[in-house]
Amino acid sequence: MTSWIEIGALDDIPRLGSRVVRTPSGNIAVFRTESDEVFALDDRCPHKGGPLSQGIVHNKRVTCPLHNFVIELANGQAVAPDEGCTHTHPAKVENGVVWLSVRQAAAVS
Amino acid sequence: MLDKVTKQKLVVIGNGMAGIRTVEALLERAPDLYDITVFGSEPYGNYNRILLSPVLAGEKTVDDIMLNTVDWYEDNNITLRKGETISMIDRRTCEVVTDAGDRVPYDRLLIATGSNPIMLPLPGKELPGVIGFRDIYDVDRMIKASTNYRNAVVIGGGLLGLEAANGLMKRGMNVTVVHLLDTLMERQLDPVAGGLLRKSLEERGMVFKMPAQTQAILGEDRVTGVRFGDGTELAADLVVMAVGIRPNFELAKKAGLYCERGIVVSDTMQTYDGRIYAVGECVQHRRQTYGLVAPLFDQAKVCANHLAMKGFATYDGSVTSTKLKVTGIDLFSAGDFAPGPDKEEIVLQDANRGVYKRIILKDKKIVGAVLYGDTIDGPWYFQHLRDGTDVSHMRERLVFGAANLGDGGVNGQNSVAAMSDETEICGCNGVCKGAIVKAISEKKLFTLDDVRAHTKASSSCGSCTGLVEQVLAFTLGGDYSAAPKVKPLCKCTDHSHDDVRRVIVEQQLKTIPAVMRFMEWKTLNGCHSCRPALNYYLLATWPGEYRDDQQSRFINERVHANIQKDGTYSVVPRMWGGVTTPSELRAIADVAEKFNIPTVKVTGGQRIDLLGVKKEDLPAVWADLNDAGMVSGHAYAKGLRTVKTCVGSEWCRFGTQDSTGLGVKLEKFMWGSWTPAKVKLGVSGCPRNCAEATCKDVGVVCVDSGYEIHFAGAAGLHIKGTEFLTKVETEDETLEVIVALTQLYREEGWYLERMYKWCDRVGLEQIRKRVVDDIANRKALFARFAHSQQFAQTDPWAERASRGVDRNEFAPLAELELA
Repeated sequence: MTSWIEIGALDDIPRLGSRVVRTPSGNIAVFRTESDEVFALDDRCPHKGGPLSQGIVHNKRVTCPLHNFVIELANGQAVAPDEGCTHTHPAKVENGVVWLSVRQAAAVS
Repeated sequence: MLDKVTKQKLVVIGNGMAGIRTVEALLERAPDLYDITVFGSEPYGNYNRILLSPVLAGEKTVDDIMLNTVDWYEDNNITLRKGETISMIDRRTCEVVTDAGDRVPYDRLLIATGSNPIMLPLPGKELPGVIGFRDIYDVDRMIKASTNYRNAVVIGGGLLGLEAANGLMKRGMNVTVVHLLDTLMERQLDPVAGGLLRKSLEERGMVFKMPAQTQAILGEDRVTGVRFGDGTELAADLVVMAVGIRPNFELAKKAGLYCERGIVVSDTMQTYDGRIYAVGECVQHRRQTYGLVAPLFDQAKVCANHLAMKGFATYDGSVTSTKLKVTGIDLFSAGDFAPGPDKEEIVLQDANRGVYKRIILKDKKIVGAVLYGDTIDGPWYFQHLRDGTDVSHMRERLVFGAANLGDGGVNGQNSVAAMSDETEICGCNGVCKGAIVKAISEKKLFTLDDVRAHTKASSSCGSCTGLVEQVLAFTLGGDYSAAPKVKPLCKCTDHSHDDVRRVIVEQQLKTIPAVMRFMEWKTLNGCHSCRPALNYYLLATWPGEYRDDQQSRFINERVHANIQKDGTYSVVPRMWGGVTTPSELRAIADVAEKFNIPTVKVTGGQRIDLLGVKKEDLPAVWADLNDAGMVSGHAYAKGLRTVKTCVGSEWCRFGTQDSTGLGVKLEKFMWGSWTPAKVKLGVSGCPRNCAEATCKDVGVVCVDSGYEIHFAGAAGLHIKGTEFLTKVETEDETLEVIVALTQLYREEGWYLERMYKWCDRVGLEQIRKRVVDDIANRKALFARFAHSQQFAQTDPWAERASRGVDRNEFAPLAELELA
């Protein structure tokens, strides 16, 4: 069962930018693309834990600010040849409101 | 579906490196544009032909040198028809005809038929046991012969012939090399280097007969020997003809395409029939034909661009370098080394060490290089050759190589060949030599970019780039694809920094999307490399008009603090000229305690750094610092960072001028300005130079009679003393010159290019002319800088701390309390 939580207005996230949602199990970065799609990922780069929310967003990818790992927003995968994956969470926009469904990972630290 | 019907058909004749590299580049640019069919007469996928010599020598296997396996073609929906030869191109009906009579239609045709070994028209050349050296089949036959026979004759003392001879010798054969001239590899080597090469090959057991002309190949059922022009004969069970290659353009010629020594192509790699392209060894471009791999790759890129209908790239020809792939022999040659009246030579010869170096100069530039015995600096000379660098300033030490010029990177280590596998090459990312070599061989990497992507080596600070290029050259045997001379801004475009800057001005482009649209960016929103660059270029070109795009700023410049490894930030308040007061220090101490800031440290630029500040605390920290009169120190900026000063004439018994006061003046005038890369200044009050001004981007050394202005120093990745720019008499003139210099750099520098690199690229004299000699120009530059400062000198901290700018940046969007 997916339980959706309202987290704020789409306009509060800059285009090609990100905002952070705090949760007890760590920050979730919510990204907004140029075409107003939203994606939610754990705010941790699979490489060295860098805060992805602080990275530069381009198309449907974000570049980690620490060492330039590029992560696919849709599935959290590092773009080849880099390897690694960040946990993703379902997110959607309805009438200008952003909804998030926090998906617990099997083992979230 | 509809796509299928409308897709155009691309037929590629030739399954070699040039053809397939073009297809790969095309797939990157336009993956769905064509239905692609590739014809190759060899029964393999695509392999690395330049590595046939190591296969022959038993150092690699055929599997090692495969580049694209049959699966690759399937995965990319390419129809590979291997083992099929095209016998005719029917240009009227736009079809190719296979030797079995099958007709295949095309909309676009790519000819990449490569070259054939030249077989001398000698009597007996058809005898079994006489072969060329061109493909896997030839190598197989040579390996077989080496197990059954003893004596081999290789005709041709060029690169290919010597590699073949070396391979056969390693396989246990007695090898005699026959060469028409008295110098080995005469196209690449001068007589001295050729002689050294001959000597060391002889020491390994190779026998030479030269100069000698082969007159006939002897034998009845199989080759038994060769006869020479002087009547002597030599027994042989195997004769390898390696006298050269000839572009293979029969097919094109038969189809009526204009050919001379190869298929003649334009700068977009098109033949005289616009539907038909040609790349690789079969083409003649601007009167040149090429037989090395680097030019083929350049051509492939241009051709793919055009096929993808992104028709702006053109091919301007290539400069090539050669390295002999015989293990244990170091030999490098590049460019033009024939003596001439307008050329100068620098020669170093050390017979005992077996080292010979000859550098050929023309108009202060390197035009050719021949290295024997010590080829470590080959790629370095080659880079200067291709870049057309003015080398007059390093001429006296040029022949000793990069290490002796302090150009060898951080650790001064230069000898890649001598390094163990555990030696760290990339200090930033901890990548050692072994890992790079492994990636190059296992993942079939060819270019610096490939290596960066797969290993991360040279992808951070870039100071090890030269070393990585050497590892590439060393691992691939030299013939690797070096970074092109005109580097594209990033992978999102083929345009260079200069192109982009020029077009922004010419076309009056004023937003990032406008630049990307006009210059046909290949990606939707660019990437983390090009967006900050474009943002800077627009900001510097249109001050007051362009609206800074925060989302195209690296995080540090977006939040005006420096991100640390744990995601916290560091905060550095400005201290003009490094001068502070008790109340400022008190305020800093209070802030550190109030916000539990774990580390307080003094920086190299005479500032105080507060480390470990949480992002959400930043506005409050700034508010407190603002209250005490402090503003952002821009320690995060590609902009003016710090002006370091000594105490000068106000206190120091040696001081000649008020260096502190001048430093403060400079910093107050220049703070807030954005530049291509960081800019650090230093002002010393006397030649004792306590402010270390002569390793700064711009440094002033005060003397009794005035102010010496220096610039283009660095003390980071590279250690480089400054260049002397000029001497002036007053503080006002000092300010004017430094500001004008900085403005010129702002207008011409490439993003992330430090001032010393810009100076290297543009030339000291060029800069001096426009900043010092041309006073009207100096004043105009100064005025443009001053104009742009009106819009730049707003404290970014105050805006965010008390005026609510970017409020969203520092607060979370939501806080969830989940069960």
